[in-house]
Amino acid sequence: MALKLGVPSKGRLMEKTFDWFGARGLEIRRTGSDREYAGSVGGIDGVDLVLLSAGEIPRELEAGRIHLGVTGTDLVRERIPGWENRVEELALMGFGQADLIIAVPKCWVDVDCVDDLDAAAAAFRRTHGHRLRIATKYHRLVREYLREAGVADYKLVDSQGATEGTVKNLTAEAVADITSTGETLRANHLKILSDGLIHRSQATLFKSRGAAWDEPERTAYAELTGRLAKFR
Amino acid sequence: MPSKDQIRAEAARLHEFFKGSGVRCVEPDILQPAKTLLDLYGEDIRARAYVTADPLKGEQMLRPDFTVPIVQMHVAEGDGEARYTYSGEVFRRQEVAEPGRSNEYFQVGMEIFDAEDPAEAEAEIFARFHAALAPMGLRAAMGDIGLLTAIVQGLDTSEARRDALMRHIWRPRRFRALLDRYAGRSKVPHARKLMLEQMSREAPEEILADAGLIIGLREPSEIITRMRVLEADAAEPPLSEALVEMIDDLLDIRETPGNALDRLRDIAVDMPALDPAVERLERRLEAMRGHGVDLDQIEFEASYGRTTMEYYDGFVFGFYAAARPHLPPVASGGRYDALARVLGQGREIPAVGGMIRPGLVLELNQEGL
Repeated sequence: MALKLGVPSKGRLMEKTFDWFGARGLEIRRTGSDREYAGSVGGIDGVDLVLLSAGEIPRELEAGRIHLGVTGTDLVRERIPGWENRVEELALMGFGQADLIIAVPKCWVDVDCVDDLDAAAAAFRRTHGHRLRIATKYHRLVREYLREAGVADYKLVDSQGATEGTVKNLTAEAVADITSTGETLRANHLKILSDGLIHRSQATLFKSRGAAWDEPERTAYAELTGRLAKFR
Repeated sequence: MPSKDQIRAEAARLHEFFKGSGVRCVEPDILQPAKTLLDLYGEDIRARAYVTADPLKGEQMLRPDFTVPIVQMHVAEGDGEARYTYSGEVFRRQEVAEPGRSNEYFQVGMEIFDAEDPAEAEAEIFARFHAALAPMGLRAAMGDIGLLTAIVQGLDTSEARRDALMRHIWRPRRFRALLDRYAGRSKVPHARKLMLEQMSREAPEEILADAGLIIGLREPSEIITRMRVLEADAAEPPLSEALVEMIDDLLDIRETPGNALDRLRDIAVDMPALDPAVERLERRLEAMRGHGVDLDQIEFEASYGRTTMEYYDGFVFGFYAAARPHLPPVASGGRYDALARVLGQGREIPAVGGMIRPGLVLELNQEGL
């Protein structure tokens, strides 16, 4: 069997990934037509390129259907329970940076840190009869962060898109979302809690611990990582 | 590993210990409304319980424990002092596999509600578990969350500070952070300082008017109320070092129950608010002796049950395999009046109970301790 490398199938993430490998002397070529989701990596024998949606890469890594994969650390931490035991970070790739943060309405002048959020949540629950709602799609990361910080009286509500709009639409009181510049947050009258950085994500090359690592895959892996190592 | 049939048989055997005159056997549904559990336990329960959807009943959870449905049963039909026992499986979601913990496992337990004499009910529960597990030679530990709540209630500080501490009794780290702040040990956050300075020059309404568009369900009045709370808190004198040390002394207690009682009496000399809780403990220990429990074989830990047993608010206990510290307790339980009060919509329902894991009992008996 060949070593399978999963990379994002479209957009800037794909281009940057191709550039990153290219800069290290490993040119990624798509085979056949532009529309075919397959290709080769640096001409190394026994390495197959698998083009996947970035969001599917954590699942494929976890299942061991790909040996290596490029995706954001946020998605890996969110989607793979006990991720440290399932995958290994081989290289931080220096692009696709995004911060998972907690933001509240800018008009909450009494709330600056997680400590304040907790106190505001307690008062909110007493006044409104329900928990303070935080909209997010990063349920695991946010819950773990808030548990660690000892925040109570909140509940997470699922938001798969346009999360910044949920406060204005009265479906949540605060949000936990990915931001790179903070522009969208400001435009939606939100501010980031001073200690509300949950995770700093970037595109990362991961290795699956659960994939089949037999002789051919190990040989291809040694060749690939050997050539990547030379670059440093 | 014991088979499911063996565990079922062991559960039935242990169940017999709790049956008897005046103890009612109950079997709550496996599917429980998620809303009740989420309201009670918050977001954490989502990480620990299986959530599923029913087209008619809405979001449901596979029962993560028996306590909540049994309290509800008692609220709906119970009248006066009542004893319940149960045996069956509970379901716990796990993000990471841990030794001795399964996704579905048997629990056998007992609960006493509305007991005339709470101390006697606590002793009875403990004695029954003690007797059921006696042949195993487990380590028994107990504590009393009521001591910590009594000391917090007795603190010479503002009601807002006492309430905040009470709210975080079960979150030791946040509790500690609050104590440090109230004692003036930690720095006032920069943003808070700026806001307080601004409040000395401008009215909260003006500050809010300059803060941008008001959005969301949280009203300006709520924001202003909290600003005033923060202002009042800043004017509050710091908690004395002596009080903070007293709390530390209390939480450090780890002795035989008799010695623990002596140390608590010492602390209560300077903190009379602790007296009723200490008397309660004394009566409980007396009642336990009356049930033939050898107190010198039990460890009393004042901080016991603060992290793992969120809803217990008084007497707490657990039985452990001393040589296998990574395993969960073989049995645990305690008093949960506050939880019963919430489920009883304000009605006072003194409640105490506990549960055994028959699977773990068998596993330990087969493998040896």
